[in-house]
Amino acid sequence: MTPPPITLDHLTLRHGERTVVSNLSGVFAPGSMTALTGDNGAGKTTLLRALAGLHPVAGGRIDRGGLAPADIAMLPQVSELDRTFPITCRDVVALGLAGRVGAFTGIGLAQLRQAEAALAAVGLPNLGNRGIGALSAGQFQRVLFARLMLQDAPVLLLDEPFSAVDTTTAHDLLAILRRWHREGRTIITVLHDLDMVRAHFPDTLCLAGADTVWAPSVWTPREAA
Amino acid sequence: MIYDLLVAPFALGFMRRALAGCLALSCAAPPLGVFLVLRRMSLMSDVMQHGVLPGIALGAAVAGLSVWAMGLGGVLAGLIVALLAGWLSRGHGAREDSQLAGVYLIALALGVALISAQRGIDLTHVLFGSVLAVDDMALFAMAGVATIALPVLALIWRPLILESLDPGFLAATGGRGAVWHALFLALVVLCVVSGFVALGTLMSVGLMMLPAIGARHWSASLAGQIRASVVLAILSSVVGLLLSYHTDIPAGPAIVLTAGAAWIAGTLCGPHASLRESMSGHRRVNAAGKIG
Repeated sequence: MTPPPITLDHLTLRHGERTVVSNLSGVFAPGSMTALTGDNGAGKTTLLRALAGLHPVAGGRIDRGGLAPADIAMLPQVSELDRTFPITCRDVVALGLAGRVGAFTGIGLAQLRQAEAALAAVGLPNLGNRGIGALSAGQFQRVLFARLMLQDAPVLLLDEPFSAVDTTTAHDLLAILRRWHREGRTIITVLHDLDMVRAHFPDTLCLAGADTVWAPSVWTPREAA
Repeated sequence: MIYDLLVAPFALGFMRRALAGCLALSCAAPPLGVFLVLRRMSLMSDVMQHGVLPGIALGAAVAGLSVWAMGLGGVLAGLIVALLAGWLSRGHGAREDSQLAGVYLIALALGVALISAQRGIDLTHVLFGSVLAVDDMALFAMAGVATIALPVLALIWRPLILESLDPGFLAATGGRGAVWHALFLALVVLCVVSGFVALGTLMSVGLMMLPAIGARHWSASLAGQIRASVVLAILSSVVGLLLSYHTDIPAGPAIVLTAGAAWIAGTLCGPHASLRESMSGHRRVNAAGKIG
């Protein structure tokens, strides 16, 4: 699984009137694992959404190397989802297939078994029939990781995947991220925990204000030693 | 006695037509209502019910008391209001609910003004419905809309759930959320308009929303809530029409009051998220506390 590189070419992003990312150029190499850091309001989520094609590009361009929308999986911040929706864990996970099978093709027994297997892989076996309203924040994040598994996308964008979860869950989910990294997927993750960034992420892109440049000083693997 | 109370009214042709129409609508409208509730768009149903009124009035002004003309006017007005509300809700610095309230107040006032300006239309009938007015045309409209709405809802089921649960995910995977949303709103407009002859514009939303709101007390799953909402709506239609027949209350308010009573009953003693359940839940907690 080798995705094409994702290239930013003098990218400018605006949030309303405010310019949050200005003139940013650089490459997310195939199979790279990048932590996206920066202060609140520095444009991390906006950049992630732009990479997924969910935020309009105000200037410059993003070259996704021919990736289809279904090839880019995005994990939104948990707060963006309606956790009171009456739906079971298995169905949420199975919806990960929606990008591939489309809106109208049936999801059969084989796919539902796949969903069960993914739930087991994220440490939630036998919770397929549980409604998502009954889950803790950590369990819900595990369910969303299981959905990512079914999406099976070569490029993964994650927005603060560990912010609302307990330490054990963060540890387990990080292990899954590292496995995806070994499989050669391109991973871009918004993160606040700088210790975790230094310990586990080969690459860091630090967004700092309107004049961020993709300089080698911020763009060096910190785990080189 | 029981026969006179429950069965004899439906021996009359107009009652049978009203019943058939309301049963058709009971199958189609409440599932849409369940999605409106889940998408936190309950206020949108208010906007719709008031928004269709000026269109119905204009239809009557142009073509007289024809169900088709009034219906077409109502559908067009409803779609325009839906678009307008969608545009307003995309944030122009103001609170969305205040904008929607503004839209429906204007629509209601305009509708009442337009209808009052015409002789020959009874405002009460337009607003609250009249079973006597349900002719074959109105019945076909209700049954026809139900026939369209259910299969379309089944078709857009998966993207609609995705759009309600996690709109960003649908957009990121290439699904065009706005298309499903627009289709869904069009179905809501169709159902509201098709019910207006029997139930009235102000009340036809009641058959959509109250069973949907009440359904969450009967099931924890989406499919279960939809089934429950249809059952509640059918019961409300039958009981409401009988109530209307025996007491001379217009059909719309009678059916909506019945649906309201069913909702309250569910809130008090339904198997899910009801008062009874939360009280027995407390008892369990207390008992556990004593053991500890």
